[in-house]
Amino acid sequence: MSEQDTIVAEDAGRDVYDELPDAPPKSRLRLSWVGKVSAAVVALWIFLALFGPWIAPYHEAFFIEEDAAGNYFDDPSFMLPDASVSAYLGTDYLGRDVLSRIIWGARTTIGISFAATLLAYFVGITLGIAAAVAGRLTDAVLSRIVDAILAFPNIMLGLIIIAAFGSSIPLLIGLAGLVYAASVFRIARALGQDIMVQDFVEAARARGEGLWWIITREILPNAAMPLATDFGLRLVFVILFISSLSFLGLGVQPPISDWGSMVRENMQGLGNGLSGGALASITPAIAIATLTIAINLIVDDISAHAGGSLAKKMV
Amino acid sequence: MTDTSNEPANVLEVHDLMIEARPHGAPPIPIVKGVSFDVKPGQVVALIGESGSGKTTISLAALGYTKPGLHFSGGEVLLQGEDMELVSDERKRQLRGENVAYLAQSAAATFNPALKIGEQVTESAVLHGAMTQEAATQRAEELYRALELPDPDRIGGRYPHQVSGGQLQRLMAAMALVSRPSLLVLDEPTTALDVTTQIEVLKAFKKVIQEEGSAAIYVTHDLAVVAQIADHIVVLYGGKVMEQGSAEQIVTNPQHSYTKRLMAAVRPSPVAGLGDSMAGDHLRDVPALEVRDVTAGYGKGADGKPLITVLRDVNVTIERGHVVGIIGESGCGKSTLARVMAGLLPASEGEVLLDGHALPPSVKERKREDLQLVQFVFQMADTALNPKQRIGDIIGRPLQFYHNVHGRELREEVRRILDLVELPAVFADRFPAELSGGQKQRVNLARALAARPEVLLCDEVTSALDTIVGANVIELLKNLRDKTGVSFVFISHDLSTVASFADEVVVLYAGRVVEKGPVDQVLSPPFHPYTRLLIASVPELRVGWLEETMQTREALAGIARGVTLTDVGCPFFDRCPVAIEGTCDKLTPPTREDQSGHGHYIECHREVVELGGAGATAPA
Amino acid sequence: MMWNMVLRRIGVGIVLLWVVSVLIFALTQILPGDAAQIRLGQQATPESLAALRKDLGLDKPWYIQYVTWIGNLITGDLGISNAGGATISSLIGNRIGNTVFMTAIVTLIAVPLSVVLGLLAAMYPGRLLDRIITSGTLGLIAVPDFFVAIFLILFLAVQLGLVPAVSYLSGTESFWKSIYVLALPIGTLVIVVSAQMIRMTRAGILNVMSSPYIEMAILKGVPRKRIILRHALFNAIGPIVNVIALNLAYLVSGVVVIETIFAYPGLAKLMVDGVQTRDIPLVQACGMIFCSTYVVLILIADIASIMSNPRLRHPK
Repeated sequence: MSEQDTIVAEDAGRDVYDELPDAPPKSRLRLSWVGKVSAAVVALWIFLALFGPWIAPYHEAFFIEEDAAGNYFDDPSFMLPDASVSAYLGTDYLGRDVLSRIIWGARTTIGISFAATLLAYFVGITLGIAAAVAGRLTDAVLSRIVDAILAFPNIMLGLIIIAAFGSSIPLLIGLAGLVYAASVFRIARALGQDIMVQDFVEAARARGEGLWWIITREILPNAAMPLATDFGLRLVFVILFISSLSFLGLGVQPPISDWGSMVRENMQGLGNGLSGGALASITPAIAIATLTIAINLIVDDISAHAGGSLAKKMV
Repeated sequence: MTDTSNEPANVLEVHDLMIEARPHGAPPIPIVKGVSFDVKPGQVVALIGESGSGKTTISLAALGYTKPGLHFSGGEVLLQGEDMELVSDERKRQLRGENVAYLAQSAAATFNPALKIGEQVTESAVLHGAMTQEAATQRAEELYRALELPDPDRIGGRYPHQVSGGQLQRLMAAMALVSRPSLLVLDEPTTALDVTTQIEVLKAFKKVIQEEGSAAIYVTHDLAVVAQIADHIVVLYGGKVMEQGSAEQIVTNPQHSYTKRLMAAVRPSPVAGLGDSMAGDHLRDVPALEVRDVTAGYGKGADGKPLITVLRDVNVTIERGHVVGIIGESGCGKSTLARVMAGLLPASEGEVLLDGHALPPSVKERKREDLQLVQFVFQMADTALNPKQRIGDIIGRPLQFYHNVHGRELREEVRRILDLVELPAVFADRFPAELSGGQKQRVNLARALAARPEVLLCDEVTSALDTIVGANVIELLKNLRDKTGVSFVFISHDLSTVASFADEVVVLYAGRVVEKGPVDQVLSPPFHPYTRLLIASVPELRVGWLEETMQTREALAGIARGVTLTDVGCPFFDRCPVAIEGTCDKLTPPTREDQSGHGHYIECHREVVELGGAGATAPA
Repeated sequence: MMWNMVLRRIGVGIVLLWVVSVLIFALTQILPGDAAQIRLGQQATPESLAALRKDLGLDKPWYIQYVTWIGNLITGDLGISNAGGATISSLIGNRIGNTVFMTAIVTLIAVPLSVVLGLLAAMYPGRLLDRIITSGTLGLIAVPDFFVAIFLILFLAVQLGLVPAVSYLSGTESFWKSIYVLALPIGTLVIVVSAQMIRMTRAGILNVMSSPYIEMAILKGVPRKRIILRHALFNAIGPIVNVIALNLAYLVSGVVVIETIFAYPGLAKLMVDGVQTRDIPLVQACGMIFCSTYVVLILIADIASIMSNPRLRHPK
């Protein structure tokens, strides 16, 4: 090598060459347009679940009569103040307004599912974190119980328990809560164990921090985001679970309207085709699908933002 | 810059190369900003730089490859005249493996766990139609021999997890060399290895590259390594070339201020007289921290002893205001010792004394005042700082917890501590993710200092940092020692770092203290054979060091051998050039004191006098 | 090492089966009124109740009853249905073949279909085919099984009249005729089960594809096809077998809804009818069959992932 080979770049002086900055701070969460549409759909259903009874044209148990020409008679005494005269989505097998029943049903379906998911989360996270932190005996006992619950296919457990106790709304909430608490337990425990072995938790232990501090300040803030995303997925599973039971005639009992039961009640109408009575069965099914797909898309969007690591954990 | 026309054509010419990252929905970020250099046949060109310099990205460009998310945005990369940015995918596939081959940093990750080593080594050559399977297998076996791999006939039939890390690294070299490429790209191939393994692998690489006559790009952050292997050095910073020239010239006479700064940050090789030893000062009647006859490990056996014993009968004394360095290769028990001191891992036997009184073994049983006085600083600041807490809260917590400081006073104190570790006060409101690696490590130190400890346990605090950043952290530690009078236990696998900072050194091998004493004593003869091996293995920043070192008895006997944990005898027995058959493998070695009277102890069956003379080729 | 883990896992499976049987048995103990009471109704005289109890062994302590029940279960004597008094084993015997037939056909179609589609999607991530497959399956896993079923009924059976909407088998049909009659339930189950399997197969392969050894293979100039088939698939095979077993376990649930919709005379329909009439012995027997199948499939999934780990298969 000759000296001519040496090339020296323009020199900016000694003190400029400090450590290069790390990766830029994370950008804030922005939903894609799909995510935004989905969020709007979910918001609409939540709105209807909250205020449906005041918006729906008819009461869920109200029978509209139909004359030979297909016009509806309205009995003003049963009508709600602002009710529209026509049934936009037709009537069901008993002559009730399908649109109204879907709006009322939003309250039942979403209400039960949400309550059950909350229950599952409360129980699952409490016990899951407890198992991760307490270790050994507590963990072993809780994990074995959860294994036993998860040894039943969800729907089987539902069938067996409903066979024994009959179906009611509190039972459905408790049942779905219990079934899904088991899977939330597994996730919370795994997250808790992952975080427990992190150096910052070790640092807190070395400092002499108590268990309460470690759980509330070190573990939970770091588990919050993955758990929140998982809540969406879990909610979808619970909606599907409750709807399936209702569809089997083992969930919400008449005359309360509920999307799953509505599909079943009007199955006969399918035979008349789209122009006949099929709408009464199809529309509640579509209602379920819009809600669950929208929630799934939002979760997908968020986990794509989190670099897919979340999605991997939850497949 | 351009060579005269009668020289052979360059293997690789990189002209004004530009590569940028194109993140979703954001403007592109330039990563490589106009880099030019050439690689001549048979020449080894080193790309040297710290993280973010773009060195790996540039080296991959030689294969026409960019990591996901990165794109070529300008310039050309001519591999034997073909522009790797433009050639078709099919042609690229032919050139890769055939004309240019890649060696990655971690062989453990780059070998497919489900396929046999032999298949992976020969795959490229066979697929490209360069050789038949038999010819390729035979060639691979020759390479295994050349690379001094054990059992060359059969190692190809094994799976990657069945061989050691150093061996895998060499097997990867075989994989790259099978089809005799004209250019090798080596990406930090020795960084993940222990020093003693590193020189063995380096030597093998150098030998093979010379024999095969292929040109190479060698990517690294370590100037001392580069000096051993490179002909030409390209110094990179922030995606630009700062300086390039012959290895000799860059090492002996750097021109650019960045290169000079990089050189200054490289710690000189460990010889006596380096450390600003404070032995004799600060001495009081009781040591700050003392470890007595400690045995510890993981798991719990039936008899109350650990299932895997990591430390055996360890005695260490930390005097007030002193820095005690603990060194040894990975797996020797350094970190375990620190964890025993902190109470994170209760010792199964022996005790830990603070200011002369025995501490309960487990952190759970220790009193808050005792915990406050011994603080642990974790190796990886990335994981040691809770990502969901602000820097101010992280540093403020020990103040609240141990000293009941609150409100305004707390904020003032956090500010003062940030100042102590040379960080601006505005950092108090930031989250760890908004800081660079070096800054995070300073916060990590600040949190420990906030407790106002007597002893700070620093576990490899500089090993994850870049050279210059690491050197700055060491400077900071020296300042802190002088300002606060805190005692340090400084754990490192890097002998040079320890030598420049510690007052006393403890050498651990396989969970035993094999030598300890004031740093000057330990670094000058007589040596424990293991200490000698360690010293001999640290690369020196001069050309030609590698060849000299490989001839020493230590190197021949001890390099690239696994550590065996034994219950009986001296654990270093099988790597020791002066082992006494029948004694060293049967009996636990006695502790001998050096004549100097400075508290220099060596645990060896050989007499101190013998050790002073043994292994005549001591490093310069 | 590996065999130890497999044996251990089998041990755990056996324990789980036992726990399941205890829990299912416990139902009879929790319920108000026992089998005798239910069978004879409210008007039964105490004498006839006592006689029947003695006859059924209900006067014995619960653990004796459990052992008897388990013993009967294993020997195939499943007791007498509350409704109608037919033996449960004859009821189940008539139905179980139908369910096995249908799920076998579903498995034969769904497994290869899913692996191929998952593989195709993973080979060209981000391309049109992948986008269609991923968004399609995302939609499908989010909707209830009956959603797919009623749309298939509406369009294929009612609007187009291609296949029958109700799947009644008399038992005398030829194989192809049976398939024709069962087209809709089989189609529904294939769609529902495959959606999940395709996603997991794709995720499994992509996960492997992002590992450093795949990057190394690219840098060695290995052709894409070989990278997928030799490097990636070899490592993904364990996870894929795992996915298949898990989803076949999921079939156990899917079959419940589907048999009900199509009024298919299978075991699941029998069980759902049993739940509606609160025929506990029948529900217990069917529940035991379904849950055991489920536990065994999950066991197979676990063993598959243990066996596919090269570190365990080839110890040092």
